[in-house]
Amino acid sequence: MIHSLFLINNAGDIFLEKHWKSVISRSVCDYFFEAQDKAGEPDNVSPVIRTPHHYLINIYREKIFFVSVIQTEVPPLFVIEFLHRVAEMFQDYFGECSEVAIKDNVVIVYELLEEMLDNGFPLATESNILKELIKPPTILRSMVNTITGSSNVGETLPTGQLSTIPWRRAGVKYTNNEAYFDVVEEIDAILDKSGTTVFAEIQGVIDACVKLSGMPDLTLSFMNPRLLDDVSFHPCVRFKRWESERVLSFIPPDGNFRLMSYHVNAQNLVAIPVYVRQNINFFETGSSGRVDITVGPKQTMGKTVENVIVTIHMPKVVLSANLTATQGTYTYDPVTKILVWDIGKLNQQKLPNLKGSLSLQSGAPKPEENPSLNIDLKIQQLAISGLKVNRLDMYVEKYKPFKGVKYVTKAGKFQVLTVPSHV
Amino acid sequence: LHSASQSELITSTESCFRHLHSLLPDDFLNIITLDLHDDLKEMLDSNKDSLKLEAMKRIVAMIARGKNASDLFPAVVKNVACKNIEVKKLVYVYLVRYAEEQQDLALLSISTFQRGLKDPNQLIRASALRVLSSIRVTIIVPIMMLAIKEAASDMSPYVRKTAAHAIPKLYSLDPEQKDQLIEVIEKLLADKTTLVAGSVVMAFEEVCPERIDLIHKNYRKLCNLLIDVEEWGQVVIINMLTRYARTQFLNPNINGGEKAFYEKKAEAAALAKRKPYVMDPDHRLLLRNTKPLLQSRNAAVVMAVAQLYFHLAPKAEVGVIAKALVRLMRSHSEVQYVVLQNVATMTIKRRGMFEPYLKSFYIRSTDPTQIKILKLEVLTNLANETNISTILREFQTYIKSMDKDFVAATIQAIGRCATNIGEVRDTCLNGLVQLLSNRDELVVAESVVVIKKLLQMQPEQHSDIIKHMAKLTDNIQVPMARASILWLIGEYCEHVPKIAPDVLRKMAKTFTNEEDIVKLQIINLAAKLYLTNSKQTKLLTQYVLNLAKYDQNYDIRDRARFIRQLIVPTDKSGALSKYAKKLFLALKPAPVLESPFKDRDHFQLGSLSHLLNAKAGGYQELPDWPESAPDPSVRNVEVKDSVRAGGTVTLRGRALGLSEESGSGSESEESEEESESEEEEEEEEDEEEERAKKKKKVDKSKPKKPESAESDQSSGEEQKRIRKGGKDRRSGTESESEDESESESSESESESEEESESDTDIKKKKKPTPSPQVTPVNSFLSNSLVTDLEGLSLTDTVLTIAPSSSVRLYELLHRITGEGLAVEYCFSRQPFSPDPHMVAVQIQFTNNTTSEAKSLHIEEPKLQSGMRIKEFPEIEVLPAGESVNVVMGIDFCDSTQAANFQLCTHIRKFFVSIQPPVGELMTPAFLTENEFKKEQGQLMGMNEISEKLTLGEKCQSEHVIVERVTSTANLSRVPCGSDKESRFAGKTVSSGSLVLVTVTRKDGAGALLTVNCEKMVIGTMLVKDILQALTQ
Repeated sequence: MIHSLFLINNAGDIFLEKHWKSVISRSVCDYFFEAQDKAGEPDNVSPVIRTPHHYLINIYREKIFFVSVIQTEVPPLFVIEFLHRVAEMFQDYFGECSEVAIKDNVVIVYELLEEMLDNGFPLATESNILKELIKPPTILRSMVNTITGSSNVGETLPTGQLSTIPWRRAGVKYTNNEAYFDVVEEIDAILDKSGTTVFAEIQGVIDACVKLSGMPDLTLSFMNPRLLDDVSFHPCVRFKRWESERVLSFIPPDGNFRLMSYHVNAQNLVAIPVYVRQNINFFETGSSGRVDITVGPKQTMGKTVENVIVTIHMPKVVLSANLTATQGTYTYDPVTKILVWDIGKLNQQKLPNLKGSLSLQSGAPKPEENPSLNIDLKIQQLAISGLKVNRLDMYVEKYKPFKGVKYVTKAGKFQVLTVPSHV
Repeated sequence: LHSASQSELITSTESCFRHLHSLLPDDFLNIITLDLHDDLKEMLDSNKDSLKLEAMKRIVAMIARGKNASDLFPAVVKNVACKNIEVKKLVYVYLVRYAEEQQDLALLSISTFQRGLKDPNQLIRASALRVLSSIRVTIIVPIMMLAIKEAASDMSPYVRKTAAHAIPKLYSLDPEQKDQLIEVIEKLLADKTTLVAGSVVMAFEEVCPERIDLIHKNYRKLCNLLIDVEEWGQVVIINMLTRYARTQFLNPNINGGEKAFYEKKAEAAALAKRKPYVMDPDHRLLLRNTKPLLQSRNAAVVMAVAQLYFHLAPKAEVGVIAKALVRLMRSHSEVQYVVLQNVATMTIKRRGMFEPYLKSFYIRSTDPTQIKILKLEVLTNLANETNISTILREFQTYIKSMDKDFVAATIQAIGRCATNIGEVRDTCLNGLVQLLSNRDELVVAESVVVIKKLLQMQPEQHSDIIKHMAKLTDNIQVPMARASILWLIGEYCEHVPKIAPDVLRKMAKTFTNEEDIVKLQIINLAAKLYLTNSKQTKLLTQYVLNLAKYDQNYDIRDRARFIRQLIVPTDKSGALSKYAKKLFLALKPAPVLESPFKDRDHFQLGSLSHLLNAKAGGYQELPDWPESAPDPSVRNVEVKDSVRAGGTVTLRGRALGLSEESGSGSESEESEEESESEEEEEEEEDEEEERAKKKKKVDKSKPKKPESAESDQSSGEEQKRIRKGGKDRRSGTESESEDESESESSESESESEEESESDTDIKKKKKPTPSPQVTPVNSFLSNSLVTDLEGLSLTDTVLTIAPSSSVRLYELLHRITGEGLAVEYCFSRQPFSPDPHMVAVQIQFTNNTTSEAKSLHIEEPKLQSGMRIKEFPEIEVLPAGESVNVVMGIDFCDSTQAANFQLCTHIRKFFVSIQPPVGELMTPAFLTENEFKKEQGQLMGMNEISEKLTLGEKCQSEHVIVERVTSTANLSRVPCGSDKESRFAGKTVSSGSLVLVTVTRKDGAGALLTVNCEKMVIGTMLVKDILQALTQ
């Protein structure tokens, strides 16, 4: 299946290569560079590139291209999903998935890659198993290792790989047993100039941090599970229980993991927490433009809207911006043509406003396209869909764990159009 | 102390070296590295593990950077037996990388691995096999073969898994071993552990994908294991089973439903002879067991299931995959890219499936261009008469985008919508013409090209557009667009007789400066004008042809010479010039604007080949459905005593695996597995038993017997397991399966009475799959031999009936009164396509006589005023012992009055009547919560009927209430924020009046039922029926 892997940075340096079958010369990457040149933006590089003898399937993450070499038929998603899993594993091990982190831990990276694939077919991709095989680096351990020469590789051999619940290792012990769940929701929306919702939906995830001893069997139930329209689960969740009772029943992996992702029924109306009044005009004469934006809270369920950031991609002809913000700060990058207004907390009494003029390239015709506004925001202690965890029960183990649920709402792809919509 | 200082020295040299690394060019660095290798060798030779480790780490870092470290081979190989695990592992890494280049030296390490293969620890055995099989040295092929064979019958499933992984490695090293390897694969395919399943199927796919016969005996097991196999294995198994199913089962869509009966009579007769389509229970098993995997977090698994459903499921069931695929669109952009490619192919065949998700394909300005273009493709495929206006308005906003490639693609898309949907052709054309005055030249050019194609469809109506475009030649510079305009004017010069010569005049002036494609079109224009209007254009044409004669491009010179011969008659020119007009001004067929994804579905979806639209190496063709199904009994499994060391098999596997302690103590685990495999075998025995019964044509009520036997066995089994010390966890698991069984059995309401509680409970514990539902659907078909199969697959075997489990059957004509002809009917709850105001009634005729029944049809309907009937097409022949399904439509005018008519055969007439229950007079309506409230607010007072009730004992949970209400009336659920309330909505079939039902649960068993409906009679009757259903 997967023959080789090359990691390439933005500058085009191949800084790591790994082969699971016989060695393939790194010159195969030239085809990738060619495609990259043609695409311009890294986003536009085709995930599947055909070369005379191989196929290159690649992903772009954290400014690194993961380029895998394939020789025969294989489902492309299989490879893509695996590469993302590799990136996530680096993140998990080193705290970040960056070129520096990978170079600093090259031996661990190599050991990980060796365990994750055998002859190009995934072998162990569960973080719990891998962490037993290869211990993640910590400052203390690397110091001790350099002095004593002891190793990162686990002395005991992994147990998870042998059991039917490969995601959990045996013999976990904690003095403080705790289970925390974060319900994080993102609003994807397109609003038109008048504030009408063109399109809105809510995506949510439940991320868990479970540190429980032994082999606990957990059941998480919701007050209103019917809100959930479409769900996908970590493999530990029992499908059957969900289908029949709408509860999440599972033996959790140890540590951090994503328990489920969900999509809230599109038929339910989505509450839009902010409104935006905006006017962005360009004038033919005098090559100038005007900006006037006001942001205010709308349906916030009594919570404060924080971390509000407005981002606008200006047309190419906009040279500079001369604006005043009544709250927060703004920056305009004349190279990328991006205007960012960092507002912070929304205040009900005094609505933040950004006003002023834009100067355009002289002589150039007035831009035709209308920029749209991307909004970023965060609301603590609120799941905008109204989803509520009812209770968490633990079976099998006897102790009493600490339990906690946290709710956060964020803006996902939240766009405000500056043209009146048609819907 | 000495060693400490040494290691210090080493670290300092290393840091020094790193420093150099940053300063020096690569070539120079290589010289230094060569020197440094001596250091490394020294370190590897030392006694200190820490030094060895440090050396190995540096060597591995070199390998990772792609630097050559092969000269260290002898020094490294010596350490293959090192005690330190990390050193050993890194040596393995090195060995696997360089063994191919240093074959002789690599042989030195083999004995270590051979020793490892005999180690008592399973993990050491596995890792020895893994490295041994990864060394690509041909000499050791026999050793590898032996090791694989031995490992394939190892006690530990983990070692067996490693053996499965080793098979393709050996195969790629020496393909001549194929036959022997197939034997090993066959053996491992019989393995019953989830751990091995994925890996061995992978080996199967790489070594012998053509040996489909190896799968037969393992088919059912693979289906049942699937949910517990790790994600990557699931993908491989599902893809393989898709191919398998295509060779073994019949196409569920070929003669499904009534469609066949509307075809020609001769064909209908032929079809009537053929048995009605009944899905093979094994086919059903596969569909059912893969469906929950649509909820997987792994995009590859979801895609695999989606393609399986697309290629294998009956049309009516494919829809379930749409939601899951739309979900994948929220993933990483690479995932989106692949999913959209597949959705684009699917939307061509099954447009309806994705229509509800139209908005999910709207394009955001932040999407990468390649995603935008794919979404555009999907939107274009989804466009139809009803949604085209929305889509076009959406397209209008896209045209303003800054991304010009995307704008061009949008214009193309508009063109395609216009050709496909006649109603909007003019609108699109007008829109495109407006774009001609756009400031961006690319936009204009693309529009010209598309307009040209559209105009070809009906040029006579659009001479003004052609005039408009003629003007554009002054400004527009994009060659393709200029060429298109010229072609248009030439082609339709008769519509613009005054302008055409003038355009030619202008073009003649600029001829020498034009691009080649434009020049060719100028010549074409000249030729066409010469033929139609030679008076005005003769000189111009000759001028152009003269210019072309001396052009640099030989194509243009050729063309000029050719055309001159054709149009200017000379003595030498042959007979051809007579036909010049016909040649040039022939009516040209309008171009067909097609999706590039058309017909891509002959590649298996989700595959690399599909994505590339070209066969990739190793791609296995997706076979066509067979004409007639191969023998299904090949999948029957005999009971074997020999295979004992199995693993977890059923869904409960997940819960059961819990008690396994540490892996080193593999014994306890093994025994656990054994007890389970026993259970599994018994299960299979039961299946066998049932199949055997089936062959003896035992009556339909037979499942009772084997079940009770089964329950005895399994309760014994249960006790055994409890003794083994599962404690409370066990009870947790059991309660789980009990709950499942409860809810499942409630789905088929008629069943619960028939089977005793304890019976079902125990059975459910044994089988994770839904229980055999003795629904009327099945008794309906009881005389059809094939459906009368083991419990696993009894559910929804019939396509012609809606998947709803609660179809109730009514008798139209008893076998005795009908003199051997039995007729039953049910309300299939499918929309009746010929007339949406009619209720679809599905009728099954069964001929119990020994002779053929001929020309079955309806005569003399006696109907109440307003009522109408759409008869089924006449059934010409119904052979003895056969049954056949047909569908007829009846407009009951929203009343429960009976429809009376005569049912005729070629000899007899029977008076029959169909009286609908009130719940069948409606179709589901899909409302949001808010719409529901709004509508309800308008149906107050006289139109609202409320009734208090006490819920029946089995009817306390929301789930059951929903089941009961929807089985009583054909309504759909309406989402509701409150736990206590359940809401349903529907419309009457005939008049489309809304029917809203609310059930509000109070404390205890109390509840309030409210029905809002404009038709008070319907409302009252519905209240009565639902009340009855809920209080039972």
